[in-house]
Amino acid sequence: MTAAIEVRAVEKRFGNVDIIRDLNLSVAQGERHAIIGPNGAGKSTTFNLISGHIKPTLGEVRLNGDVISGLRPFEINRRGLSRSFQVTNVFARMSVWENVRCAVLWATGHRYAFWKNVDSLPEVRERTAQILDDIHLTHRRDVPAGLLTYAEQRELEIGITIAGGATVVMLDEPTAGMSHAETDRAVSLIRRLTEGKTLVIVEHDMSVVFGLADRISVLVYGHIIASGTPEEIRRDPKVKEAYLGEEAH
Amino acid sequence: MSAKTISTSTIAERSVGDGLRFYGIWLAGIAVLIVLPLIFSSGGSLTSFSLIGIAIVFALSYNILLGQTGLLSFGHAVHYGLGGFAACHMMNAVVSHGWPIPLPFIPLFGGLGGLAFAIIIGWVMTKRAGTVFSMISLGIAELVASSSLILRSVFGGESGISTDRTALPKILGLSFGPQLQVYYLIAFWLVISAIAMYALTRTPLGRISNAVRDNPERVQFIGYDPHVVRYIAFCFAGFFAGVAGGLAAINFEIANAAYLGAIQSGLVLFSTFIGGVAFFFGPILGAILVTYLQLGLTSVTGVWQLYFGIIFIGIVMLSPGGIAGLIMMHRPLVRAKTLPTVIPSYLLAAVPTLALACGVILTIESIARTHSGQGSPINLFGVAFSPASPVTWASAAILVAGGFFVARLSWRRVGEAWDRAATVARDRGYLA
Repeated sequence: MTAAIEVRAVEKRFGNVDIIRDLNLSVAQGERHAIIGPNGAGKSTTFNLISGHIKPTLGEVRLNGDVISGLRPFEINRRGLSRSFQVTNVFARMSVWENVRCAVLWATGHRYAFWKNVDSLPEVRERTAQILDDIHLTHRRDVPAGLLTYAEQRELEIGITIAGGATVVMLDEPTAGMSHAETDRAVSLIRRLTEGKTLVIVEHDMSVVFGLADRISVLVYGHIIASGTPEEIRRDPKVKEAYLGEEAH
Repeated sequence: MSAKTISTSTIAERSVGDGLRFYGIWLAGIAVLIVLPLIFSSGGSLTSFSLIGIAIVFALSYNILLGQTGLLSFGHAVHYGLGGFAACHMMNAVVSHGWPIPLPFIPLFGGLGGLAFAIIIGWVMTKRAGTVFSMISLGIAELVASSSLILRSVFGGESGISTDRTALPKILGLSFGPQLQVYYLIAFWLVISAIAMYALTRTPLGRISNAVRDNPERVQFIGYDPHVVRYIAFCFAGFFAGVAGGLAAINFEIANAAYLGAIQSGLVLFSTFIGGVAFFFGPILGAILVTYLQLGLTSVTGVWQLYFGIIFIGIVMLSPGGIAGLIMMHRPLVRAKTLPTVIPSYLLAAVPTLALACGVILTIESIARTHSGQGSPINLFGVAFSPASPVTWASAAILVAGGFFVARLSWRRVGEAWDRAATVARDRGYLA
């Protein structure tokens, strides 16, 4: 079976600095894959490279076998890859309902339509209501997104990301800055909402990573030094030395 | 901001009542448009109403860019002007070729004129938003304005292109000679355009335009190309600006370079912003106020632009949401029934604020009239002040200083009363 995401020999240079060098990563269909690594290792850059936010200097990225490197973010999104952001990135002046509905519109085929009333599209309404229910924000539907609490904004961020029905979902530190209770809630939310989908997640919280991921890749200085099941990663001496050793707790 | 208390109460409130209120507002607006000329039937008021109607269409079209899509254009009058020229040329062509197109259809051709130019230049202009877009719009505006004086066959040079609206084929026996008929023609197009532009905000494109305004980066990750969204919105704005220009061409029976100049572009920005960009009805209020002031102030003072400037700065600094924003701020208080607690503080603040305003007006007029050498007396609420007299200067100084001192105290009271009322409104579950 073709991999959901296949990153081959990707390199990203900003000026003379190699942020990413010889990056190889393969995420199988339906797999929950976590990318871990110390700060500044290039995790978010990897996300940006895959989602089309920035273009690789060298190498290629494939989504379900098709080359997507060089495509623009919305073209990649239309092929079924959706991502969230580490810093909350919602539509601040629009209501929670509107935020999710906007994320539903393209996937339901309404695109740039200016001849349809957005309020009388049953499938859009149902799907939006369903997602609000999934992310437990139905009671906040009319609140401008900018006025939500931090944890709620993070949940909305996940809602927007999955609303389009993408088969490959990438979450960039979804639990960053959350309390223990909020983290637990977010993890069960992610687990439930990405059922049957391919998930790539960047995360600092090791309990989240080892609890959620089927496979883990360790990124150090823009290079993946190990890839494997949580057990393999835990035992890998290189990983211990480079990463887990420093942050053992 | 504690918004947590908002809960099922607001959702339950959405009901048939809201639907009725929604259609009620529109029907009331249409009724006002029909009845107005019957109450105020003088030629002067008919002319004013006609100009206000045109200004409303123009300002609403501008808000498709500014309020809906977050594009600050300094050259929106280009589409208005080209719409006006298109309408004039069309009217002349209809007359000379004997085409069976009556006058009420002419604004459509104005719209197509504005749209055509938007389609041509829009793709390049909307590639980027923000400062880049604003700067390009300024450049394009200058380019078109200067071309309009060079390309004489199209724009008629200094004198412009004139036309005769009564020479077109009659429809329903209407000649459109009398201003009353022209007013109703403008009112008709105003209603059609306003409904169409409102409907546009309720479409998938309209909602995504808001999303592009708020966060163009994120839009790309939900499948949309923000460039395409901005381009389509720009084309719609160009079309309705062209309709407004076509109406102006019918009203004045001429189109000239002034239609598409920087002053016209500035005025529409000004009206829209003063009215408030965040609400659909904001630009309507702004267009009414600015047109009314423009017509009223020019007859009483030579420095009316100065007052415009002061009003604009005041709104930008004190109420960035414009008049509509000020009004809508009160909605939670009305719902929570705490509005009566702030009204007394408003009335109390009104007196010293008015005194301050009078002092500023006296100061401005004294200086302006003394310098222009005309020295005509300043008439303020029936009291005549001589601009060169020390009594006037002393009154102005006292009003400004005293008014400001007392007004500041009263504004503080407004603030306190407001905080109390808003807190109660929040506690009762209404977002404030």
